[in-house]
Amino acid sequence: MSLGPYFLRPVVRPLSRRALLAMTSGLAAALAPGRRAGAAGTLEIGFLYVGARDDYGYNQAHAEGAAAVKKMPGVKVLEEERIPETVDVVKSMDSMIELDDAALLFPTSFGYYNPFVLQEAKKYPKVQFRHCGGLWTEKDPKNAGSYFGYIDECQYLSGIVAGHMSKTKKLGFVAAKPIPQVLRNINAFTLGAQRVDPKITTTVIFTGDWSMPVKEAEATNALADQGIDVVTCHVDSPKVTIQTAEGRGLYTCGYHVNQAPLAPKGYLTGAEWNWATVYRNFVAEMQAGKPLPNFVRGGLREGIVKTSPYGAMVPAAARAEADAVKAKLIAGDFVIFKGPIADNTGKQVIAAGVDHGQTDLWLEKMDWLAAGVIGKT
Amino acid sequence: MTSLTLVLGVQPGMRGRWLGRIAEAWALPLLALTVALLAFGAFLAACGVNPLAAAALIWRGAFGTWFSWQNTLQKASPLLLTGLAMALPARVGLMVIGGEGALVIGGLACAVIGPTLAGLAGSAGGALLAQALMLAGGMAAGALWLMIPGALRFWRGVNETISSLLLNTIAIAVMNQLVEGVLRDPLSLNKPSTVPLAPGLMLGQIPGLSVHVGLAFGLVLCVAAGVLMQRTSFGFAASVNGGNPRAAQMVGIDVGRLILIACALAGASAGLAGAVEVAAVQGSATASLAAGYGYSGILVAFLARHNPFAIIPVALLLGGIAASDGLLQRHLDLPDATVAVLQGFVFIAVLAAETFSGRLRLRCRLWLPLPLSLRGEPRDG
Repeated sequence: MSLGPYFLRPVVRPLSRRALLAMTSGLAAALAPGRRAGAAGTLEIGFLYVGARDDYGYNQAHAEGAAAVKKMPGVKVLEEERIPETVDVVKSMDSMIELDDAALLFPTSFGYYNPFVLQEAKKYPKVQFRHCGGLWTEKDPKNAGSYFGYIDECQYLSGIVAGHMSKTKKLGFVAAKPIPQVLRNINAFTLGAQRVDPKITTTVIFTGDWSMPVKEAEATNALADQGIDVVTCHVDSPKVTIQTAEGRGLYTCGYHVNQAPLAPKGYLTGAEWNWATVYRNFVAEMQAGKPLPNFVRGGLREGIVKTSPYGAMVPAAARAEADAVKAKLIAGDFVIFKGPIADNTGKQVIAAGVDHGQTDLWLEKMDWLAAGVIGKT
Repeated sequence: MTSLTLVLGVQPGMRGRWLGRIAEAWALPLLALTVALLAFGAFLAACGVNPLAAAALIWRGAFGTWFSWQNTLQKASPLLLTGLAMALPARVGLMVIGGEGALVIGGLACAVIGPTLAGLAGSAGGALLAQALMLAGGMAAGALWLMIPGALRFWRGVNETISSLLLNTIAIAVMNQLVEGVLRDPLSLNKPSTVPLAPGLMLGQIPGLSVHVGLAFGLVLCVAAGVLMQRTSFGFAASVNGGNPRAAQMVGIDVGRLILIACALAGASAGLAGAVEVAAVQGSATASLAAGYGYSGILVAFLARHNPFAIIPVALLLGGIAASDGLLQRHLDLPDATVAVLQGFVFIAVLAAETFSGRLRLRCRLWLPLPLSLRGEPRDG
């Protein structure tokens, strides 16, 4: 077959009148001055992400929630990704309110709240702001609010499964920073595993920041070299850790979203957000004209967090134990941080007979690693 | 060697050539920008997006409304300062890309000095003094930081590009270490940060604009640096050294001093950007200080061909592109990377256009024919 005549054909097809019309109408619409209110009754909702929407992690978890909102009638979803925690996020919120007509904003990154969301909530009292992270207090503007989930419940369940699967009794945890939220996940994971065998240890490596792909890969390899056979993590995107561990033939537990597609051989289960529940509730309340709650928190019971489906390699005994604890957590009669618990320096941090239930604010100041965790805060 | 010649007139004359150089200085970037925009349009079309609609959105988001203008100005203001951080050493012939690190160190210094001056926040005069000290501290810290690659270059022959790049990583690590360690405000639980500045010490916005005062600092410093580089003997010495360091040494220019001053000025600019980030935006030093402004400044300086005056329009252009990012994402469902693609096209087109510098001869015809003796010989590119 000769390609000659093909090459000689004009590459650029003449524009059809229809295409031209479509292009100019797009131009006219985009040039229309001032604020463009959505169609009557349409609620415009803005989602702002600090990273990429498809990061297999923190931001994807929120984007999956936004996708669930898109399916609701009468809403228009506006999304922006990779917005730094600087004045940039203020300008993005301004732009969603001024150039579009957003009435409800979800700035999803933890660092957006103070001072940026607070400033915006004061500046636009008619717009509702709900921020992920649980930072809202009574003295903050009433049109702002927080939502967060008790994901350590799912980490505890992951720990149980990991405890059943580990042959070397050594687990690994790749973590970003030693802040309370992360320490709580490490401790819950370890306590879950020690339920299966109290001798199990978790080795923690802190990478120092939320997105450090090279260090995450190095940390995972270092864990594998130490004979650790189940790895999990708490970083913005678990992608690198999960893929590296899969390459090294380790079992993995995911975080933020389901990473099973990245690790078909080793993915046991994972701790996932289920933001769709939170977002759909907020939007439905707004559409019904009801005041939005300022503070929403919950765990498995409220459907704000969920676990990834078990991998095929997880045996029935592990599933049964994890499912039993899950049922108790959903029923609300299980406490993860139940005394006596010692930290890894030998000091008792929770005395025998003391329960720190999920809503206990003491847990939010966590600055210790449980006995059996190898690492330093 | 081939030379691309755009003949606008007939006779190349001395004055014609001078005008031609100015015309070239404008024509090359504009040509590059046009090529980049066309390539971007083709890219969008290939992605199934209407390029005209995208162009209209970029215009609307960047310059189309008063709100957009303020957004653009706000995005441009750190770039003015970080652009200078790249451009000033480049005039001396050094490719220092340490703006990000100097910004972080400047911000950190400001956040350390600020809380110690909380007592001054009560009175207006005291607050002003405290703000001046905070900003000066940020500038001094940034200046010292970027003098390191300058000194390493001059005395040890260390490649300044590599050392300044590595210093960025070190600066961010030092900041994280301190913010999460000794400087950490015990009240900052899940987002480690330094003790916040007293509200009375925060820098305000420019009256009538929703843009912080960093914009004014940036504009003033760009103009001052432009005057320094183009109208003083220091600037002349800098460009001599930038053109040929051997020759500069031969004619007795103190090259070491030149390099250190240029690096210090560059570091002071970036340090000021960091101090403003703390004192006008964040209120404390956190990991969010390293937001990439230092790296965007490299792009700005190259597009401005390291001319401080030109940094102003270039920062506005890139600020505008960044300001329109949100609208592109929201209305055309494009990823954030789209704007990075546009920036990439612009950058490559401008670098490619640089290679035509001096070969693209725009000859302007003057209506008074010059005597033959004054006519320059046409150069062969």
